[in-house]
Amino acid sequence: MTSAVEMKGISKAFYDVVANDKIDLVVDKAEIHGLLGENGAGKTVLMSILYGLYRPDEGQIFINGKEVKIDSPSAAIKLGVGMVHQHFMLVPSLTVAENIVLGREPTKGKLLLDMKQIMNEVKDFCERSNLDVDLKTPTYTLSVGVQQRVEILKVLYRGADILVLDEPTSVLTPQEAEGLFKAMRALKEQAKTVIFISHKLREVLAICDRITVLRRGKVVGTVQACETDLDELAKMMVGRQVVSTFKKKQVEKKEVVLKVENLKAINDRGLPALKEVTFDVFSFEILGVAGVEGNGQTELAETLTGLRKPAGGKVLLGNVDITRASPAERIGLGISNVPEDRHNRGLILDFSVMENLILGSQDKPEFTTGRARLDFKKASDYTEKLVTDFSIKAPTKDTLVRNMSGGTQQKVIVAREFSRKPKLIIASQPTRGLDVGATEYVRKKLVEMRDQGCAILLISADLDEICALSDRIVVIYEGKIVATKCPEETSEQEIGLLMTGGKHG
Amino acid sequence: MVEFLDIINVGLFAAAIRMATPIASAALGGIFSERAGIINIGLEGMMLTGAFAGVAASFFSGNPWLGVLAAILVGGLLGLLHALLTVKFVVDQVVSGTGINIFALGFTAYMSQVIWGSRGASESVNGLEVVPIPVLSDIPVIGNIIGSHTPLVYLIIIVTVLSYIVLFKTPIGLRIRAVGEHPAAADTAGIDVFRTKYLCVMVSGMLAGFGGVFLSLGHLHIFTWGMTGGRGFIALAAMIFGQWMPFGAFGASILFGFADALQMRLQALGLLPPQIILTIPYVLTIAVLAGVVRKARPPSNYKPYVKE
Amino acid sequence: MAEEMRQLIPRAKQMLRGFFARIPSELRKIIPQIIAIILAFLVGAIVLQVTGYSPLEAYSALITGAFGDVFGIGQTFTQATPIIFTALAFLFAFKSGLFNIGAEGQLLVGGFAAALVGISFAGLPTLIHVPMALLAGAFTGGLWGFIPAILKIKLGAHEVITTMMLSYVAFYVTGYMVNYPYKAPGWVSQTVPIAPSAELPRILQPTQLSASIFIAVILVVLTYYTLQKTTLGYEVRAIGLNPAAAESGGINIKRGMILALVISGAMAGLGGAGEILGVHRRFIEGFSPGYGWDGLAVALVGGLNPVGVLIAAVLFGALRSGGMVMTRVTRVPLDIVSILQALVILFVAAPMLIKYLLRKGGIKWSSS
Repeated sequence: MTSAVEMKGISKAFYDVVANDKIDLVVDKAEIHGLLGENGAGKTVLMSILYGLYRPDEGQIFINGKEVKIDSPSAAIKLGVGMVHQHFMLVPSLTVAENIVLGREPTKGKLLLDMKQIMNEVKDFCERSNLDVDLKTPTYTLSVGVQQRVEILKVLYRGADILVLDEPTSVLTPQEAEGLFKAMRALKEQAKTVIFISHKLREVLAICDRITVLRRGKVVGTVQACETDLDELAKMMVGRQVVSTFKKKQVEKKEVVLKVENLKAINDRGLPALKEVTFDVFSFEILGVAGVEGNGQTELAETLTGLRKPAGGKVLLGNVDITRASPAERIGLGISNVPEDRHNRGLILDFSVMENLILGSQDKPEFTTGRARLDFKKASDYTEKLVTDFSIKAPTKDTLVRNMSGGTQQKVIVAREFSRKPKLIIASQPTRGLDVGATEYVRKKLVEMRDQGCAILLISADLDEICALSDRIVVIYEGKIVATKCPEETSEQEIGLLMTGGKHG
Repeated sequence: MVEFLDIINVGLFAAAIRMATPIASAALGGIFSERAGIINIGLEGMMLTGAFAGVAASFFSGNPWLGVLAAILVGGLLGLLHALLTVKFVVDQVVSGTGINIFALGFTAYMSQVIWGSRGASESVNGLEVVPIPVLSDIPVIGNIIGSHTPLVYLIIIVTVLSYIVLFKTPIGLRIRAVGEHPAAADTAGIDVFRTKYLCVMVSGMLAGFGGVFLSLGHLHIFTWGMTGGRGFIALAAMIFGQWMPFGAFGASILFGFADALQMRLQALGLLPPQIILTIPYVLTIAVLAGVVRKARPPSNYKPYVKE
Repeated sequence: MAEEMRQLIPRAKQMLRGFFARIPSELRKIIPQIIAIILAFLVGAIVLQVTGYSPLEAYSALITGAFGDVFGIGQTFTQATPIIFTALAFLFAFKSGLFNIGAEGQLLVGGFAAALVGISFAGLPTLIHVPMALLAGAFTGGLWGFIPAILKIKLGAHEVITTMMLSYVAFYVTGYMVNYPYKAPGWVSQTVPIAPSAELPRILQPTQLSASIFIAVILVVLTYYTLQKTTLGYEVRAIGLNPAAAESGGINIKRGMILALVISGAMAGLGGAGEILGVHRRFIEGFSPGYGWDGLAVALVGGLNPVGVLIAAVLFGALRSGGMVMTRVTRVPLDIVSILQALVILFVAAPMLIKYLLRKGGIKWSSS
């Protein structure tokens, strides 16, 4: 029986980073095939080659037994390959229907768009694939889960028989993920082939027929899902046992560091993002904020760091009212911030390591003579100290941060923010996109700061991370705090349920 | 004694529409370019070169319509240059546009010297004549305002309507908007992002050239140094004011055309020193930008699209 | 014989490659700029040839006019001086991420303010009068930069258009001033001369070169120092490179942008003041043949760093002064200079284009 997709000896390098190293992959027809690996293992690159976004340096691709050259997404589409990306490819101001037909628009007389035809055809697809969406709304108003459905519809509309889903559950709750799996099974019944890229062991094991594991650009092996288990997969993925527990000091005397009262905020689209949020964070504590991305976490971090003006409510640091304080004032009062987008908010990529390490303190006496002139000796000494303390892999202090890996960049941010001896740390998605080593390091450091008395607000979409690190957990859903729990009295399932607005039992 | 009616009368409104046309044309051009994600600061230079090309072509051929054609072609060529520089060679869009403006100013003055021996003004050439629309031009008041213009004015109205239809009712328009707003999405949908950008910027050059030739052939039938006088920038303001929509930009252009016509009239009547009156369109542009832009949401983030 | 000819081209390429490889890396960085200039002149030569002029004649007249004698050299540096100011103005604003293309207008209002102070306060000692006039110029230029800054911060108005529009307004307002209230008797649109106590001394007789060039050079050093060694410079650069991260780091973006545009306008205004006090000694309508625009080109050609600006300004000053001689001697229209300038801008701003052309010619160029 010919396979749906066969990739033989595929290699791809970007400058001197080898992303794919002679990879062989065989995907059978009408199977759900898992592509498992850590961040940076090469999964997305491999599938981008299949989708024509990249060209392989060497190797061959066979679709349904015939060798093909895929040099663009339209070529891939013609061969029946469709990709649902991790970062959605939806044009925000266009409606669902317009996004779906983009590139293959039905027309009246070749020139004008035929909107009625569009609606009819797409409605047809929706019904057949068990996916329900309102076709007339602009996509920027839709929730992430619904946007994903639109992406899948897009791919089906183009006649894809082979669907590649790139980390689809990274933005879904456990319940929404179940809905996605149901849809995947329906696709399999229609004899479609699905390639499921993920780094989440449990899901891959639950839904896939066969699993191929990648590590550092090479294939480690392909196994039948029914013949393997979590431990074996983890070992294949990482090459060693994964340690996931953290010992924390038990502390009795804690005081309130951050007091948030009835905080309200509006997001960039003018819609309410935070609706009367109230909570406290104590010293010697990590308060985990669990929630699916897009439920107000970004706006919460922004109002707490002074980057967004609240629409109501109060924020107190100790007994200082900081509701309307500027970012500079907050830094001065002892708030440190590890932003969720390190390239956008966290670092100035074209500044050197040293220049990034003094960001936020560049006008303070520690680094200036007379408050106007920079003292490069002081800055340089500080840089050396931090580079040593945090094991930052930088060739020199003048190396541009742009040329460093994601993990090293995050270390620079962590070094800068934690060394200020803050009272409060706001960490948003601090380990997103980092490899296992860097992730462990950041988590270790967070616990260290907590043990030294710091109050930490940990905002993360990674449930494992929340459960492993938090002393207390709050769940945020649609801009409201819907629950406050201690890790001992709850479970991941319950948190997952709360994250989607379901009530606990 | 200067009467109110010496200033505000039918002739003023007719002049307003006449003055609005070049601005509207360039503004429409700006819309096409920006909706595809490329800022076109070079509209001014493309207009100026179009104005020049039109007069030169009419000079050599005796036919003003060939002049219009030449203007459109030359504008399109400059648009192609801008597209090439900003898309293929990732030149900063503002720098490229500014370079084109400086080039146009120098080149038209240079060629003016070469052809007519004077960098200040060309000879008078055959221009476009006013074509009254039958019936419409006989209606009192309204007929005087919109019934008798050179054909280019009527053309601009058609072009505005066409622009709206193209952008919002055709597949091409959908793709243009996708390319500007989210080029990666358009790319993965199989659309040729670069070709779309090239096309749109060329069209913007053509429309700018069309607006420019109106100033020269459609008005006094000569070319003078720097005759666009910043209208390319005013067109950008009209585009923003009109929220990157064809009808909005056209309306804004009428407003600016009115300011332009008013300024000329006041100058002719000697009411105020010419220099003060001449500042009116520019001050108005600033006022418009100050009052309006807060609500404006540009159709693109104008980041150059880079493929691996 | 034919065999040797065929060998010539690959051997020439090899020689060139070897030549490029041996250049120290510091110099390497400006090679794209030099190639850009060469290319611009090549295209300019084509334009000249096609329109019936001799490129050789034109260019040699240009060079001898600019550097051939004391008068030429003096003119070159005199023309270069105001361009240094406007180039620094563009550069400083650019470092903060803003496009100030209104340096021409800021130069004009600065010049006029200096003229006013120069005319009005006769009898003051030079040591007070001159700095006063210069300060007036800088202040007014700064004001002309403040307006677009506040419009951008408060109302989101794009500074490219507002600075451009204000340039036109400055042109007409100063034009009005010099033709009506402050017009000196006679045909010419100019003011009465400034008091002798307000004059900047000439430093190279018999040319017009004035002490203004010293101020320009000092400003170059000051700009470099400010950008690289002070907290203000750090903040300005941070805002220009990544405003989101700068804001996160506590930097006041709005204040930084306003400061950048005000300083930028002040620099251009100072340049205008220098021109009036040193060269013309009165405000004459049209005294600036587009120094503001030259400034933009020079900033780009100078690689957006203050020292490069100095060198590029001399180049452009040479183009202007040599151009005037060229027009007189060869009858080539002066505007070829503008064309050359525009070509230089476009080629310099397109390093990818240069690399592309080099690649096509078989020479691989890797930037570091």
